[in-house]
Amino acid sequence: METFASSSISRRMGASSDEPHVLAVDDNLVDRKLVEKLLKRSSCKVTTAEDGLRALEYLGLASHQDGSTNSNCSKVNMIITDYCMPGMTGYELLKKIKESSIMKDVPVVIVSSENIPTRINQCMEEGAQVFMLKPLKHSDVERLRCQIMQ
Amino acid sequence: MVGTANSFTTGRNRITNPTNHSQKRLQIYHGTNLHFCTTPFDCYFLFAPPATPLPLLPKAVYQRFKEMEVGQLQRSFVEYMASLFREGFLDAQFSQLQQLQDDSNPDFVVEVVSLFFEDSERLLNDLTTALDQPNVDFKQVDAHVHQLKGSSSSVGAQRVKNCCIPFRNCCEEHNTEACLRCLQQIKQEYLLVKSKLQTLFELEQQIVAAGGAIPMVQ
Repeated sequence: METFASSSISRRMGASSDEPHVLAVDDNLVDRKLVEKLLKRSSCKVTTAEDGLRALEYLGLASHQDGSTNSNCSKVNMIITDYCMPGMTGYELLKKIKESSIMKDVPVVIVSSENIPTRINQCMEEGAQVFMLKPLKHSDVERLRCQIMQ
Repeated sequence: MVGTANSFTTGRNRITNPTNHSQKRLQIYHGTNLHFCTTPFDCYFLFAPPATPLPLLPKAVYQRFKEMEVGQLQRSFVEYMASLFREGFLDAQFSQLQQLQDDSNPDFVVEVVSLFFEDSERLLNDLTTALDQPNVDFKQVDAHVHQLKGSSSSVGAQRVKNCCIPFRNCCEEHNTEACLRCLQQIKQEYLLVKSKLQTLFELEQQIVAAGGAIPMVQ
């Protein structure tokens, strides 16, 4: 219980110095490169994943993993995920994260190239922090960073 | 979006291979169109063999020549960039990419665009194969077009992105013939924008090799 409490505090304050650690999930190579650069430009540490399953594995939340033996969970301050991905969609990834007792308070941002109100509502109801349209701009990411550092 | 030819802010002046720098200058000066050069040393430049060491030229002439050439290259660059936006090949997202480039990552735009080329060529091949099947899997075709729309949108390749929209409609209608026409059009647009971007990058390289700074076009 003690480890859980201290890891959640360090997560809220930012794992180290002032640089939030963001996990960015997108199956598109170009978009991954772009979001990584945008986040680094906003002074974030970035880890990228090419699909939902790899993202869950990084967080130690995959079904084949033992949830108590991971260290990446406590490092991540925010997750940005594309909605349309093969296999596991961003929405499904969001649900898995919100189901996790360790990760449920970490803000999850959903990005999509399509502006579909039912999709947006679905994600917001499931607990997404914000839904943004692609392509992301520098100002979008700056705003996000301010939000998570509060 | 485009500054005037005179409003250059200091760009990056990257010399990626210092040891070859003077050699590159030699090539450019001997291959360059000298119509703008009005000094009495025109003939000297035109007929000087490659082996002539440049330091033999009066330094003032050499400097003046260098400045004029960099200026001409920079103007060409700005005009070319403006035409790409004007003709709809690129949109505001490309400017976003340029603004993200900095000293810590001076080749960012070239890197992202190279990824876009690789990704697109793979997708165009996959689309060709998918539409060649006896029973076309339109869901698969649509998925590929969606990817292509995404990456072209992210780099600002506007015309390619715009081709994807009717393509997706044809997928929905399960219309193979129409899809093939869309594919043909997308291939054309892709090859066009690829060639234009490569020209743009070559212009950049020429500016840097001539010792100039790449203009930041707002």
